[in-house]
Amino acid sequence: MTTDTSSPRTAARAVDLAKIYGTGDTKVVALGGVTVEFTAGRYTAIMGPSGSGKSTLMHCMAALDSSTSGQVFIGDTELSELDDRELTRLRRDKIGFIFQAFNLVPTLTARENITLPLDIAGRDIDKDWFDTVIATVGLADRLGHKPNQLSGGQQQRVACARALVSQPEIIFADEPTGNLDSRSGTEVLSFLRRSVREFGQTIVMVTHDPNAAAYSDRVLFLADGRIVDEMTDPTAEKVLERMKGFDAVGQHP
Amino acid sequence: MIRATLKSLAARKLRLAMSAFAIVLGVAFVAGSYVFTDTIDRTFDDIFGGLSSDVVVRPDLPGEVDLMSGFNAGTTTTIPADLVDEVAALPDVDRADGEIESQSMFVLDTDGDVMTTQGAPGIAVNWHDGPNAEGDPVLELVDGELPEGAGEVALDDRTFEDSGYQIGDEVQFVSTGDEPRVSAELVGVVRFGESGSLAGASLSVFETGAAQDLFLDGEDAYSRISVTAAGGASAEDVRDEISAILPGDFEALTGAEVDDETASAIEEGLGFFTTFLLVFAAIALFVGIFLILNTFSILVAQRSQEMALYRALGAGRQQVTRSVMLEAAVVGVVGSTLGLLLGLGVAQLLKVVFGAFGLELGGGLVLAPRTVIVSYVVGIVVTMVAAYVPARRAAKVPPVAAMRDDVVMPDSSRRVHGWAGGGLLVIGAGVMAVGLFGSVDDAALLVGGGILGVFVGVALLAPVLAPPLLRVLAGWYPSAFGTVGRLARENALRNPRRTAATSSALMIGMALVTAISIVGASANATVDRALDDGVRAQFVVSNAVGQPFSPAIAQSVGQVDEVDEVVSVRAAPGLVDGDQTALQAFDPVAYSRAADLEIVDGSDDLSDGGFLIGEDQAESEGLSVGDTVRLTLPGSDEEIELTGIYAESPLLSGGMIVNQQTLEDGAVPAVDSLLYVVVEDGADLTALHDSLDEATADLPTVTVQDQEEFKQQSRDQVNQLLFLVYALLGLAVLIAVLGIVNTLALSVMERTREVGLLRAVGLSRRQLRRTIRLESIAIAVLGAVLGVALGVLFGVSLQRAIADDGLEVLSIPGGQLLVFVLLAAVIGVLAAVWPARRAAKLDVLRAITTE
Ligand SMILES: Nc1ncnc2c1ncn2[C@@H]1O[C@H](COP(=O)(O)OP(=O)(O)O)[C@@H](O)[C@H]1O
Ligand SMILES: [Mg+2]
Repeated sequence: MTTDTSSPRTAARAVDLAKIYGTGDTKVVALGGVTVEFTAGRYTAIMGPSGSGKSTLMHCMAALDSSTSGQVFIGDTELSELDDRELTRLRRDKIGFIFQAFNLVPTLTARENITLPLDIAGRDIDKDWFDTVIATVGLADRLGHKPNQLSGGQQQRVACARALVSQPEIIFADEPTGNLDSRSGTEVLSFLRRSVREFGQTIVMVTHDPNAAAYSDRVLFLADGRIVDEMTDPTAEKVLERMKGFDAVGQHP
Repeated sequence: MIRATLKSLAARKLRLAMSAFAIVLGVAFVAGSYVFTDTIDRTFDDIFGGLSSDVVVRPDLPGEVDLMSGFNAGTTTTIPADLVDEVAALPDVDRADGEIESQSMFVLDTDGDVMTTQGAPGIAVNWHDGPNAEGDPVLELVDGELPEGAGEVALDDRTFEDSGYQIGDEVQFVSTGDEPRVSAELVGVVRFGESGSLAGASLSVFETGAAQDLFLDGEDAYSRISVTAAGGASAEDVRDEISAILPGDFEALTGAEVDDETASAIEEGLGFFTTFLLVFAAIALFVGIFLILNTFSILVAQRSQEMALYRALGAGRQQVTRSVMLEAAVVGVVGSTLGLLLGLGVAQLLKVVFGAFGLELGGGLVLAPRTVIVSYVVGIVVTMVAAYVPARRAAKVPPVAAMRDDVVMPDSSRRVHGWAGGGLLVIGAGVMAVGLFGSVDDAALLVGGGILGVFVGVALLAPVLAPPLLRVLAGWYPSAFGTVGRLARENALRNPRRTAATSSALMIGMALVTAISIVGASANATVDRALDDGVRAQFVVSNAVGQPFSPAIAQSVGQVDEVDEVVSVRAAPGLVDGDQTALQAFDPVAYSRAADLEIVDGSDDLSDGGFLIGEDQAESEGLSVGDTVRLTLPGSDEEIELTGIYAESPLLSGGMIVNQQTLEDGAVPAVDSLLYVVVEDGADLTALHDSLDEATADLPTVTVQDQEEFKQQSRDQVNQLLFLVYALLGLAVLIAVLGIVNTLALSVMERTREVGLLRAVGLSRRQLRRTIRLESIAIAVLGAVLGVALGVLFGVSLQRAIADDGLEVLSIPGGQLLVFVLLAAVIGVLAAVWPARRAAKLDVLRAITTE
């Protein structure tokens, strides 16, 4: 991944992606045919009411879950053709993760957590890049600490640094600020914003906070397992406005 | 609370099943030992119970003659034939049958191999049809005819079936009599008692005259009289009536009295076996305690939130403690029940194994009420003891913990445990030292208790010792295995108490194996040194089945060309001032040409009787040259004078040495247990070995060995014993392995989220498995290192303590100990298989979304 953003490449896309849980009476359509593209070097937010399928979409896109039908591509690779070993390798090399909580291995130091995907892969660490990332997240003096010696915000920043340091094709973040106070949340969000702008990183972030969504380039709105709307260059106000509309739709079906 | 407990029990079936397994194994061993020894007891009771007639008349041997050793030693004292007639003539006596019995007439099968199991007697008797006390015949002819004169014999049906002989064949025997090789025509087959079982012995039946020729030098005499009471007369009355007419050196006993005597002698002999098995059962249970303690600790830790909720809802501390204890009790009951069943299986297996080696036990297994009670008590108590500490800890969970999601279990300070452990270690070591080196009565108990103290002490210390040790043992993981190695090392270090308890279980097994291997190696080294330094004889003649052999062998060996001197060594039990003692009998002057015998006081001349004794022995008994002791043998009871004192050596560990005439005067049969053969200078040893083999060819079981072969044989014997002990200690190791499996499996469950995270960021299943495997190896090797260290301590102390009793040379089998540690690593790999597979199977998505 470089800062070259001249050609709008597709980092990941889904074609008619469906995910159905259970059968018969207990059948739940978590995703009902989603087609979406994530352009490289863009920051996309996914919003929607609880239970709308945001996490499911992310898990399917991120090779953590299999789809019921449809296709998912990371770069040019179609996921359904891969076996478990290849999926693992794909996650390791091409995808970065930031979860809402439990992001770090408690027995490893911050530095070890950050380099974990590279270490697992046995890849060499690009020293300059590592220093750049650390400087950006502002963790230089915390590298030797174990997770339980770090604040929640610091932990999430370590998770961000881990996602970035292996320079993946795409980073998926599922409510990364969901457990943080607003100051720490702002730190993390602006850091994600910078990594897109300055390093050309591709990020897909699930959130239900309009303020968080405002940091993105584009917002996708999900409802009942379908993409129902899309907004580019969002602001918190515009997103909130749109959200209210959905809530109203939800109330009067 | 009780309902909640039982519900949570059911929900944790698998984990509890694993901890119950330790109880199952331990109890199985206890139950198996009891059932098996009870079954043996019953078998012997059957055999001997069917043997005695109403009243038995026998020579009145001075002192209590130990029956088990009596099998081999016996006596030459006899009953004259006219005494049989006198007894028969008494009014209340229906019939009196003179019996002749030898315990050393061994049947060779058609391949020329001795048929009896090692140690079991080759019984030979004369035929008579007198009944036993129940009025049933003792022997019954089932095929062919009865032996009717010299050169005819009948065999018991079991021996007959296994021998390959047909009626009419010439049966070959080996005996300890003047004629080492005997043969007789097989004319019939008899059945002994109802089951026909002889517990590994063989029975050959001869006609009375022929038996007298074979065993009593043709004298018209008997070993014993079987008396049958006339109708109406009680055995006691008949006994008294006979006693009245018996000369002083004979005695009459009722059949019941004889049976009691026999039974208690056998119980004593088998008591050792039961104790032996029970010691291993205790070890298994002790190791099991660690497994259960650990399982309950982890389960309690995992449920701390649930416990806190109970507390928040108003349950008292005691109620929480009780609920965990109740859980333990249920596990104990279930484990004991399964253990008891498995124990029956173990006993059945032992029975089959013994049967395969010729010691067939008739009838089914004996399940005494005692066995059932002990099994349940032991199983339940052990489980409750192991669960007590976790239960107490559970109760200490503060109610507020229910509201927090990161519960840290209240943990008593590691330092407190460290001090307590250190204290116990020191006390245990002290007690052990007193037991080993002090002169106290209950030495074995002190040593056992001391070892137990040391084990518990080290187990308590282990959480303190483990982190630094693990940092060394697993320190190389990160550089060798990268992140996977680092994760493994950190996981092992994560919960030192858990890791320590898990490896402590393995430590115990390893420590015992190590100590035993040091004792074994030292025994071998001691024999080697003794033979190298102390024996000049080039050849040793001994009997492979552990039986003494005919003095005719010494004669024929002596006639071989180039043989300079044959020194015969005999052995017999006797009473010295009333205490049972093992005697050796040889000519010290001849002996000192074959092996070292250094006289430090008095003379080595025993030609006029007297005895020699070891220096330390003399000192501890307060004997000096010229003093006398009272020596009781089957046929004599006399004062005997101390002629000389010798320096103890591994070959002569200080016991009493007499001349062979003394034994013969005491009516001990003249049989040799060992011959030293000294050859002339310049003799061709290879050729001579062949000639000696030829001279002993008559007796297939008697072997001629040069020093190297003799060493090898004794080494083989030591090693055989070692392997038996290893096999039994393997049980403790197996339980320890289960402990590792359990801990790992529970830890993996605890770390589900983390596992999910690692898998999400790209850790492959294989890498995940390796992480767990490396953690497992670290735990196992930690246990092995602690165990080997302790084992060396125990082994060396043990060797030092019994250095004077024939374990002079200390030998630490370094290579072997290294193998043990490597084996522990393999154990670690094996223990990790299942937990690692479970971890690898975790659904990544499910793992990361687990709350
Ligand atoms: N493992 C599962 N089994 C059954 N239903 C599920 C499962 N996971 C999610 N769902 C259902 O799928 C729908 C979408 O869930 P999810 O993607 O988690 O929503 P969101 O993240 O937008 O809140 C919900 O109705 C949820 O109940
Ligand atoms: Mg969600």
